[in-house]
Amino acid sequence: MSRLVAIQAEGLSKQYRIGANQAHFGYKTLRDTLIDMASAPLRRATRLLRGEAGAASDLRATVWALKDVSFEIEQGEVVGIIGRNGAGKSTLLKILSRITEPTEGCARVCGRVGSLLEVGTGFHPELTGRENIYLNGAILGMHKAEIEQKFDEIVAFAEVTRFLDTPVKFYSSGMYVRLAFAVAAHLEPEILLVDEVLAVGDAAFQKKCLGKMGDVAKSGRTVFFVSHNMGAINNLCSHAIWLDAGRVRMTGAPESVVAAYLSEGAEAGGERRWRADEAPGNDRACLRAVRVRDSEGTVNATLDIRKPFYIEIEYEALKRLTNTRIFFELMTQDGTIVFTSVDTNSAWGEAPREPGIYVSRCEIPGNFLNETRYNINVASDVPFVEFVFWQNNVLSFQVEQTGGISARFSDKWAGVICPQLSWEIERIT
Amino acid sequence: MAQPAVENPTSPLTLIRPTRGWVNLGLYDLWQYRELLYFLTWRDIKVRYKQTVIGAAWAIIQPFFTMIVFSLFFGRLAEIPSDGLPYPAFAFAALVPWQFFANALTQSSNSLVDNANLIRKVYFPRLVIPMSSVIAGGVDFALAFLTLLALMLFYGIAPTANIVWLPLLLLLALVTALGVGLWLSAMNVQFRDVRYTIPFITQFWMFATPIAYPSSLLEEPWRTLYGLNPMVGVVEGFRWALLGVDTAPGPVVLVSALAAVLLLLGGAFYFRRMERTFADVV
Repeated sequence: MSRLVAIQAEGLSKQYRIGANQAHFGYKTLRDTLIDMASAPLRRATRLLRGEAGAASDLRATVWALKDVSFEIEQGEVVGIIGRNGAGKSTLLKILSRITEPTEGCARVCGRVGSLLEVGTGFHPELTGRENIYLNGAILGMHKAEIEQKFDEIVAFAEVTRFLDTPVKFYSSGMYVRLAFAVAAHLEPEILLVDEVLAVGDAAFQKKCLGKMGDVAKSGRTVFFVSHNMGAINNLCSHAIWLDAGRVRMTGAPESVVAAYLSEGAEAGGERRWRADEAPGNDRACLRAVRVRDSEGTVNATLDIRKPFYIEIEYEALKRLTNTRIFFELMTQDGTIVFTSVDTNSAWGEAPREPGIYVSRCEIPGNFLNETRYNINVASDVPFVEFVFWQNNVLSFQVEQTGGISARFSDKWAGVICPQLSWEIERIT
Repeated sequence: MAQPAVENPTSPLTLIRPTRGWVNLGLYDLWQYRELLYFLTWRDIKVRYKQTVIGAAWAIIQPFFTMIVFSLFFGRLAEIPSDGLPYPAFAFAALVPWQFFANALTQSSNSLVDNANLIRKVYFPRLVIPMSSVIAGGVDFALAFLTLLALMLFYGIAPTANIVWLPLLLLLALVTALGVGLWLSAMNVQFRDVRYTIPFITQFWMFATPIAYPSSLLEEPWRTLYGLNPMVGVVEGFRWALLGVDTAPGPVVLVSALAAVLLLLGGAFYFRRMERTFADVV
C-alpha cells in the first residue's frame, strides 16, 4: 500500500512588515518632513485602493517569519513543532489553517482541516454555556447536526452540566477553559492543528487535555502540535520539526530532534562574564564568570531534567585567600530560594588559595530539579567579616522535561523540585 | 524501499498559495459555511440588547423619536410638502427602512474590527462577518415595521396591493448596506479612521435621501438620476407600496437597484482582494 500524504509544503515563506521606518537613519530636514506629511495621505490612499497591504505603515521594514519551509507529512502522523518564541511555529499553523496566506511557496493539504490556535475563540460572555457550545462549534467548523450529536458528550467532558444555562461571563476561569476545550476536543477533522492550547488550566485539567490529545493521536488522524513541553512532544509525536528563525532546522524522530534542540540552548546563554574593569569584588577577589554546563560539559542554559549539570563560578584570587567562601543560591522565578550551596563542601575544603584564577564547580544531580526556570545568585564572603561580592540573578536556565519520572503522566508535577527518591513497598497482611 | 507518497483521492484537497490581484468571490466556500453565517447572525441578535433595561424597544424608540422631531421641525415649522399624506406617516415610512440601512451600515463597517479575535485565530470566509451583522438588523426592522403599521392604522391609511414588492425593496436596502459595509469594513481593518467617518457618512447620506422631504420636489429626469443613491429607490418604494403615494417610482427603483448591485459587486471584490491581509493587520 502506498503512503497517503496529508500535508505537503514546498518553500513556504511568510513576510511581515514590522511598520517602523528603520530605513531612515540620515538627517531629515523640516522641508522633507512637511513634504512627506503632505504627500503621504495621498500615497497611502492610492495604495489602499490598489489593495496593497500595510498601507498605513512604511513598506520598507520587513521580516521573514517563515522562510523556505518544506516538509511532507503522511496521514496519521502526529507531528510536533518545536522552536523558540518567534521561530515561526504559530505562523506555520496559521498558514496551514488558511488564516493567513504565505508570501511565497505553496502547500497541498489533503483532508478537512480543523485548527485550534486558542481555546474559546469566539466565546461570547453574554451567551450561556449551551449557546456558546453551538457558536464555538460552528466557528471551529462543526456542522449543527454534528454539535447536536456530541452535545451531551461535550457537556460531560467539561463538567458544567449545572451551569449550562448561565451566561459564561459568570463562569470561573476554570469552568470557562474546560468548556472551551471540551468543544474543541470534540472537533473531528482529518487534520488537526493545535497551538500550545495545553498551556492553560490547572495541572489536573492539563493532564486531561494531554490524555485527549493522546486519544486523538491514536485515532489515526493527522495532528500538528506546537508545544514547549518536550515531554509531551516525545510521548505523543511520531515526527518532530524544529523551526529556528523561520527555517526548518531539523526534522526526524522526536527523541533526536528534541535532544538537538535542547543542546542548542548554548546559544541562548548559559554564561555570564565580566570584564576586568567591571568585575564585582574587592581587594581579596573578584568574580570573572558564571556558567551552567550540561552533562556533556557544554555551556548551555537549557538542561535535560534527567541528566546532571554543573554550575561553575570562575573568580580571581587577588591575594592569598583564607576563610573565603564562594557560594550560590538557586531560586525559582518567583524568588523562592531552593537551596544554597557553598564551595567549602569540596575536597579543597577551607584550605587557603594562592593568588590565581579558580573555578568552583558544583554538580546538580539529574532527576532532582523540576521542569521550570531557575535563577542563580552568586556571592562570596568571609564569614562574620565581609562580603567579597554578591550578585543577584546573574544567570537563568531552564530545566526541560524530556521523559523523566514525571513525564509518564504527561504533565508537570507540582513542586519546586522533583527528586527521584527511593521507595519500598512492603506487604504487611 | 519507501513507496512514493500519494494523495488520498477521497479527501478534499486544498491548495494553499499566495494570491495576487483580484480573486474570485469564493461563493462555494461561502455556501459551505452557511451554518456559521446563521450562528453569527443569531449571536448578533441575541447579544444586541443584552444588559439593557428596555431591550429591543430601542429598535422602535430611535426611528420614532426621529419621526417626532422631523414632524415638528420639517412638517410643522418648515411646512415641507409630504405628497398629500400626514407628515408623521410620510416621514416614518421612510425612517424605518432608513434606520435599518444606517444600523446595518454601521454594524457591518465595524464588524471585522469587532471580530478581530476570530479573524486572527480561525479560518472561514471573512464575508460571513459583515453579512451576518447586516442580516441581524432584520429583527430591529421587523419591530420598527410593526410600529409603522400601527401608525398607519392610527391615520387610517391602508397599505396598497403593491405591498407585495416590499420584500424586494427591503432586499435593496440590504444589498446597499452590505455593499457599502464591505468597502468600509475592509478599509477599517487597516485604517481605523473609517470608524470615525461612519457617523458622518450616515448623517450626510440621510439628508441626501428623501426622508424629510419628497423626491417629487425634483423634476424629471433629475428625479430618476437621483435614484443613483440606492436609498432613494428604497424610501420612495416604501412610500409607494405602503402609503400609496401616486408618484410611480418604477424608474427610480430600477436605477437604484442597478447602483446597489454595482456597489455590492465592487465591495465584494474589493473585500476579497483585501481579505488576504486581514489576519495580519487587524
